Amino acid sequence: MTSSFRAPLLRLAPQLIALAAILLLNFIMFPQFFHLEIQNGRLYGSLIDVLNRGAPVALLAIGMTLVIATKGIDLSVGAVIAICGAVAASSIVAGNSVGYTLVLALGTGLLCGIWNGFLVAVLDIQPIIATLVLMVAGRGIAQLVTEGIIMTFNNEGFIFFGSGSILGLPMPVVIWILAGIVITLLVRRTALGMLVEAIGINRRASTLSGIQTPILLMAVYALSGLCASIAGIIVAADIKGADANNAGLWLELDAILAVVVGGNSLLGGRFSIVGSLLGAMIIQSVNTGILLSGFPPEFNLVIKAVIVIIILVIQSPALKSVGVFFSRRPERQLDVPKPEIQREAAK
Amino acid sequence: MNSKYLPLLATIVIFILAYALCAVQYPTILSTRVVGNLFTDNAFLGIAAVGMTFVILSGGIDLSIGSVIAFTGVFLAVVLRDSSIHPLVAFVMVLVITSAFGAAMGATIHYLQMPPFIVTLAGMFLARGCAFVLSIDSIPINHDFYSQLSELYLLLPGGGRLTLIGGVMLAVFVVGIMIAHRTRFGANVYALGGGVQTAALMGVPVARTTILIYALSGFLAGLSGIVFSLYTSAGYSLATVGVELDAIAAVVIGGTLLTGGAGFVGGTLIGILIQGLIQTYITFDGTLSSWWTKILIGFLLFAFILLQKGLLLLSRLNRRYA
Repeated sequence: MTSSFRAPLLRLAPQLIALAAILLLNFIMFPQFFHLEIQNGRLYGSLIDVLNRGAPVALLAIGMTLVIATKGIDLSVGAVIAICGAVAASSIVAGNSVGYTLVLALGTGLLCGIWNGFLVAVLDIQPIIATLVLMVAGRGIAQLVTEGIIMTFNNEGFIFFGSGSILGLPMPVVIWILAGIVITLLVRRTALGMLVEAIGINRRASTLSGIQTPILLMAVYALSGLCASIAGIIVAADIKGADANNAGLWLELDAILAVVVGGNSLLGGRFSIVGSLLGAMIIQSVNTGILLSGFPPEFNLVIKAVIVIIILVIQSPALKSVGVFFSRRPERQLDVPKPEIQREAAK
Repeated sequence: MNSKYLPLLATIVIFILAYALCAVQYPTILSTRVVGNLFTDNAFLGIAAVGMTFVILSGGIDLSIGSVIAFTGVFLAVVLRDSSIHPLVAFVMVLVITSAFGAAMGATIHYLQMPPFIVTLAGMFLARGCAFVLSIDSIPINHDFYSQLSELYLLLPGGGRLTLIGGVMLAVFVVGIMIAHRTRFGANVYALGGGVQTAALMGVPVARTTILIYALSGFLAGLSGIVFSLYTSAGYSLATVGVELDAIAAVVIGGTLLTGGAGFVGGTLIGILIQGLIQTYITFDGTLSSWWTKILIGFLLFAFILLQKGLLLLSRLNRRYA
């Protein structure tokens, strides 16, 4: 039993160390960082805030991990958030029930995902370009739905998904953790995860060996759309409105970043959803830390860029071969990145 | 006829048809005033799109140009506000910075073997972040030289004005076409787009070409930033968000293959003009909302990708039967 736990722990060690380092740094700069308290039956504190604010990116990262594992990329998720938020808001404003609204919004996200999947799997278009179409057109469509205004609503049942809580935990946190567990079990307790990895490593060989590549690709993009629609619902419920211009703006880049920071290669193949979720939390901890530390928020992007560049350089194939060259035993290359991340993240 | 000209031809036909349709409804759209404005309003996008064309021709992508344009604008505004440096010197400074920035990204892509998508994504964050660090406010530029430059124009027959920045865009396109089709560097770019390994075996200096391509893209993004600051007379770090997508869309609509290796710089100009035309039509119409621009551009993008796919399929079939 211990050995089955050690392998993933070893694989996620750089992410865990980076997250711990950043949290520790936050604690040093802001001693009340780990302070938690219960008010009105729910937990409050900076740590909960990190989990809560990171929910949209975490959800996107789940879908994005699988898409990237197939050697693809989904640029449209930010636009899908805007579309689904707009659909949900207009449905609530029109007086529909919460259940119907949820089904409608999730269905819209699924449809967007299937469209992307159709372009990639059936028409065989490069994923970057295929999803670019929806990324460009998506915000226009969202504005078409809201008719160009910022739609606001005040439906308690729907707002619950943004600011409600279950067992003291904010609803968004519950949703993304649940989604992460369900999808991890789905791909890891069945052969699906392995098949997805196979497509990412060699699509043609996978098809020749009997994998239903087009259907699986469609399913992966559909799942990404579905995750984006859940994120869209959370974002819309959180601000009690739908802003077609700004909802989910540039979140696709944060999600891709979370996946890459989580130790997944953009070239497809082996993936770890837990790693991506850790990546999302690393990004959110950095954001929260910068805000709490009283650093001017304008440094946010520069610091983020520097961290990304460091992590990318560590992961780059060229540097890896140098690492192998200098370390006599090949298995030691796993150890090489760790101190680097820790030191650089602490900057 | 050579099938490589088909996407370009389709773009030109669509542009002429669209312009004719607009002209039937609003005859004034044919006036040189509208044409002049079409060039002026899309000047910064056009200049950046030339750089993007080279990057895409080589099989790469550059997501950083929108941020670099914003950085250039803020840099110029801050330098002109806080020092007595002449704008021309500031222009040279900023062009050196953005070219070096592009070259650094190219070097990272080549030497660390990282995908251009993720390297330029980090570059996008970095450039936007630097703009934020310089200033988060929108800074007006009140330099005499600036007002002189923005009042320069060439009077077209019919009262239209080809402004300086519109002229700069056209000049950049002419130079871009020359570089792409008449120089060794241009041939190397096409060769890289056809396949890095093949190009290396043919003796193309891969490292130098890759770095030069991204440096050129950075240089043109800087030039585009200068033009944008002339256009708006201000520097703002949140400006030109998403311009890279418009530029990519223009390149694709202009008939350049996204996998690299095939396409024309001149096609990108038509792609820019089609986007500008859609916006102009929406302004003329007055009842349509601006979001239709995005939907229409998305649709055009999709149509052109399909067209390219179809052509590739056709040429593959031809080869099989040949």
